[in-house]
Amino acid sequence: MLSTPEEKNKQPLLNQRRRMLLTIVIALLFLLSVVLGGLFLDEGRIATNLNERNVPPSFDHLFGTDWLGRDMFTRTIMGLSLSIGVGLLGATGSALIALVLGMTAASMGRVADRVISWIIDLFLSVPHLVTLILIAFTLGGGFKGIVIGLMLTHWPSLARVVRAEVLQVRSAEYVQMSKQMGKPRWWIALHHILPHISPQILIGFMLLFPHVILHEAAVTFLGLGLSPHEPAIGIILSESMKYLSSGMWWLAFFPGLCLLIVVRTFDQIGEYLRTLIDPTRAHE
Amino acid sequence: MSTVMAGRQQIISLIGNGVTKGVFKMIKKLGFFLLMKGIRMATLLVAICFISFLLIKNSPIDPIQAYIGADMLNVGPEQRAKIAAYWGLDQPVGVQFLNWGSAILSGDLGTSMIYRRPVADIIGERFVNSLALMLTAWALSGIIGFILGVVAAMKKGTWIDRIIKGYCYTLASTPTFWMGLLVLIVFAVWLKWFPVGMGVPAGVLAEDVTLLDRIKHLILPAITLSILGVANVALHTRQKMIDVLQSEYVLFARARGERGFVLFWRHGLRNVALPAITLQFAAFSELFGGAVLAEQVFSYPGLGQATVEAGVRGDVPLLLGIVIFSTLFVFIGNLIADLIYKVLDPRMRGGEHYAFYSRRKK
Repeated sequence: MLSTPEEKNKQPLLNQRRRMLLTIVIALLFLLSVVLGGLFLDEGRIATNLNERNVPPSFDHLFGTDWLGRDMFTRTIMGLSLSIGVGLLGATGSALIALVLGMTAASMGRVADRVISWIIDLFLSVPHLVTLILIAFTLGGGFKGIVIGLMLTHWPSLARVVRAEVLQVRSAEYVQMSKQMGKPRWWIALHHILPHISPQILIGFMLLFPHVILHEAAVTFLGLGLSPHEPAIGIILSESMKYLSSGMWWLAFFPGLCLLIVVRTFDQIGEYLRTLIDPTRAHE
Repeated sequence: MSTVMAGRQQIISLIGNGVTKGVFKMIKKLGFFLLMKGIRMATLLVAICFISFLLIKNSPIDPIQAYIGADMLNVGPEQRAKIAAYWGLDQPVGVQFLNWGSAILSGDLGTSMIYRRPVADIIGERFVNSLALMLTAWALSGIIGFILGVVAAMKKGTWIDRIIKGYCYTLASTPTFWMGLLVLIVFAVWLKWFPVGMGVPAGVLAEDVTLLDRIKHLILPAITLSILGVANVALHTRQKMIDVLQSEYVLFARARGERGFVLFWRHGLRNVALPAITLQFAAFSELFGGAVLAEQVFSYPGLGQATVEAGVRGDVPLLLGIVIFSTLFVFIGNLIADLIYKVLDPRMRGGEHYAFYSRRKK
């Protein structure tokens, strides 16, 4: 779409690039504060307090309290910080798997490529959630099960991106030249290819994050993830189901909304990073 | 420009060769394609069976313990050994897998531990319930998403576009089960329009449940899944429609004076509908995942709820059966998506002759 003359003449205070950077910084600060809040909030606020049971949201208890008098705001923030932690582990693991397999597929010959694309198909052919349930079940649930499950289920799409990217870089002239000069494969991979795909990995990592967090919450909600003693969002929401019919909407509304905001923030950071780093999207 | 010319000549030559030859070639190609897909699926399925078998084999749950359950004190070690021998648990893993695999090939998925009935029966029964739910949500989200995507693309850059885009991006990061809870709070608790849960009314005999009751219990989970399913299709359709609107034939149509709905109807619909339908079929995996969560929230007695129960209560045969079944389900969706492209899209029909058309936008 063409811009109107008035828009052209106007010089905004912040151009789009600066605005995106600023948004990313603010978003990161927000996420950091959530994590720190979860770590340093007073544990006493989620102690059982039978005098203040089932209080609707007020200034004293922003998100209300539950049937044991625990402050929902504190529980939510702690849950979010836990979610971000689990998401960090899961997304890091997935990104690493994707990096290794993607690079192997693209640079270790046809057989490796075939095998890895078959493995990718294997993981994509079972619904994610079913795979997660299976792995969580196998490992007996809990923190370890959920993290390993998340690592093992989220890499295929990123691995495909990495593979395509590596194939492109590999056919570049300077890589061909390097090969002619007798550099070993791993040297080329480390010095020429890895620096080139690191932005893609970073973006992929950020975009994996939301999925990982949502899946963690989902599996925990289903009762196969983190243990009921942890203040996870999934636990909070699945507990709230029992009390919904008595009209205690705040038990489910605020924690879910906060999860949505955090996930959306990660998504936005990933999208903006992609627009900033990826030259083919620079015009957007 | 030269490639376009060459392409046109090829099209003309293809028509000249006679349509019958083309159709015959197409069927042959399709058969080959199906065969390759079938082989790939078979290898994947065997691998999935084997991996899930190994996973479950190494899980901390002892099948004998799970079978005995509360009678633990009454069962001595000899009896345990007998059960193990009866089930073939004393044999090596490979033999066990072969036994299990051959049983599955003959259609015997084992007996569920929770329901004490054959797994195949339970999956069949539950899947009918789930299918009603998933089909409704699938169709609804497809149609609404398609319309939203087209509208957003036609009004690109305006506030309508921005609202639809924002809505879709937000939905993409919304937890399914939370959306389910919200729907439940609003429609079942506050407005009291719908029952709070269960697939059928409580306290009514199975024979007395009417179709209306079933539909009533279906609506809320279906709404939940539809609200969330819209995002993907809408964003995809929007992008495709923008591509179409930037094409030269639309420019020409605009120059002739076509606009609005007529423009879309004549030049947009068929170009955009195909990718949208394909995407919907390829999204069976997410649909299944969404159904698992929605069914859990609304305690709808479908396959998803059975999956969760099997996982939580350690019902190994049922869980394995569902893993295999859901794989087949996803595979069929992907296969239909591929076939639709091959059969319906004239550009894919001739194989290489038209290849440059399909490669252009990728």
